[in-house]
Amino acid sequence: MAKRRVVITGMGMLSPVGNDVASSWDAVQKGVSGITGIDRFDTTGYSTRIGGAIRDLDLEPYLSTKDARKLDAFIHYGIVAAQQAVDASGLNDFPELDKERVGVAIGSGIGGLEFIEKNIISMEKGGPRKVSPFFVPASVINMISGNVAIRFGYQGPNIAIVTACTTGTHNIGYAARTIAYGDADVMLAGGSEMATTRSAIAAFSAARALSTRNDEPEKASRPWDKGRDGFVLSDGAGVLVLEDLEHARRRGATILGEVAGFGMSDDAFHITSPPEGGAGAARSMHNAIRDAGIETGDIDYINAHGTSTQVGDVAEVAAVKSVFGQHAGKLAVSSTKSMTGHLLGAAGAVEAIFSVLAIKDGTLPPTINLDDPDDGCDLDFVAEGARKADIRFALSNSFGFGGTNGTLIFRRFED
Amino acid sequence: MSTVEERVKKIVCEQLGVKESEVQNASSFVEDLGADSLDTVELVMALEEEFETEIPDEEAEKLTSVQDAIDYIVAHT
Repeated sequence: MAKRRVVITGMGMLSPVGNDVASSWDAVQKGVSGITGIDRFDTTGYSTRIGGAIRDLDLEPYLSTKDARKLDAFIHYGIVAAQQAVDASGLNDFPELDKERVGVAIGSGIGGLEFIEKNIISMEKGGPRKVSPFFVPASVINMISGNVAIRFGYQGPNIAIVTACTTGTHNIGYAARTIAYGDADVMLAGGSEMATTRSAIAAFSAARALSTRNDEPEKASRPWDKGRDGFVLSDGAGVLVLEDLEHARRRGATILGEVAGFGMSDDAFHITSPPEGGAGAARSMHNAIRDAGIETGDIDYINAHGTSTQVGDVAEVAAVKSVFGQHAGKLAVSSTKSMTGHLLGAAGAVEAIFSVLAIKDGTLPPTINLDDPDDGCDLDFVAEGARKADIRFALSNSFGFGGTNGTLIFRRFED
Repeated sequence: MSTVEERVKKIVCEQLGVKESEVQNASSFVEDLGADSLDTVELVMALEEEFETEIPDEEAEKLTSVQDAIDYIVAHT
C-alpha cells in the first residue's frame, strides 16, 4: 500500500513569547525571551523562581466560565491552540467534511498537576468527600483530545501519547502515520503543558534539572553556552492540522508544509540522562531520514531539542555530528527553547510549528544567549540572530525522560 | 446578612454558570439549569462549604431543585 502524503493546513499556539502563532513566531525571529519570575505561586524557599508562563490569555472566547472551572489549565491551553489551528485551516467551513474521518492526537507530558495538587490538599484537610467529581476528567491527559472531539464533533481516531518531553513530536508523528495509513483524512495533533506548579518546580529542582539563574531570567535558557545550568520550565500548547494531501486539495486548503518523515528510538540507558555520544538521538534521526526517503545531505535546518542542560546539549551535538558527518558543519542548528524555555509535552509541537515556518518564510530562528560555546559545541547555532536561508527540509528533535526520542522531518510543499 | 435563599442562588449561579435572572425557586438543576450528574455533586459540595454542614449522599440525591436545597439548608442549619 502506497503511503499517502500528509500536509499541514493549520496551526495554533500558546507560548511564553505569544498567545498565537504569528506573535510567537515574530518574537522568536527577533530573539525575544519569554522567561520571567514565576508568579503563579509563592516561590519562597525555591531554588528556582523563574519560568515561562502564558500571560494575558482571555479564555472567554474559547470556554465558558463554567466549563473552564472543570478543566485544568493544560486542557484550556490545548483547547485554545486546537481552536486556533482549526480556524486557521478553514476545516469546519468545508461542507463535505466527514467528521468520522477526522481524529485528534494531543498529549501532555504531565497533565493536570495543579488540579491534582488542589484536590489532594482538600482531601488531606477535609477527607474523601472533599474531592471534586471533576478531579479525574479535569486532570487525565487524554482529556484534551476528548474535549476537542466533543467540541468539534470529530469522531475519528482519538488518542493522547504520553512520552515526557517527546510527547508533542510523537503525537504529530503518530497522527501523520494515521493519515498516511488511511485511518483518517485529517488529524489535529500536538501537545499542551501547564506544569509550572509548586510540586513540579520542587520536583525538577530536586532532580537538579532547572536553571537557578533567578536574577536574569531572560538569560537562563542558554543552550550550548558554557554558563548553562539547566533548563527553564515553561507552559503552553501547540496544535497542527495534518491532512491527507488529496483531501486538502479537494477543499482548496492553504498548504503550509509537508510532514516528510518520522523516527523514534530509545536510549535504553538511564531514566533521565542520555549516553555521552547521543547514540539514541542519532538512531531517531536516522529513522526519520530513512522514513522520509532522503539523504542526510538534504537537511538544511535542525530545530534542536537543546534544553540548556549540561549533558543533553553536548550529547545532541555529538549525535548530529555522527549522523551528518561533514554536512553537520554546513546545516544550521538552533534551539528556540533559548527563548521559549522548555514546554515539556508541548515542546515538540511548538517547535514543529517553528520548523514549518522556518521553511515557509525562509528564516532560520536564532539561538539566544550563546555567548561562549562549550567545548565541542562548534556547529552553526544561528547565534548572531535570525537570518534568511533557503530551507527545503527541516528536522525537529525531541528527547524525553525514559530515554525516549522522536524526530520529525518537514518538507517545503511542492506539487 | 444575606438570606439562605440568596446564598443558595448565588452558589447555584457560580457552580452552574447561569445568570441570576435564570434561577427561580422552582428551577430544576438538571432540567432547567443544564447541570449534569457531576455538576450536581459539586454543587452539593459547594453548599456544604458555604453552610458548614454535611449533606449525606442519600439526602443529596433528593435535592433536585433550588427550593429543595433551600428547604434542606433551613431545616438542617
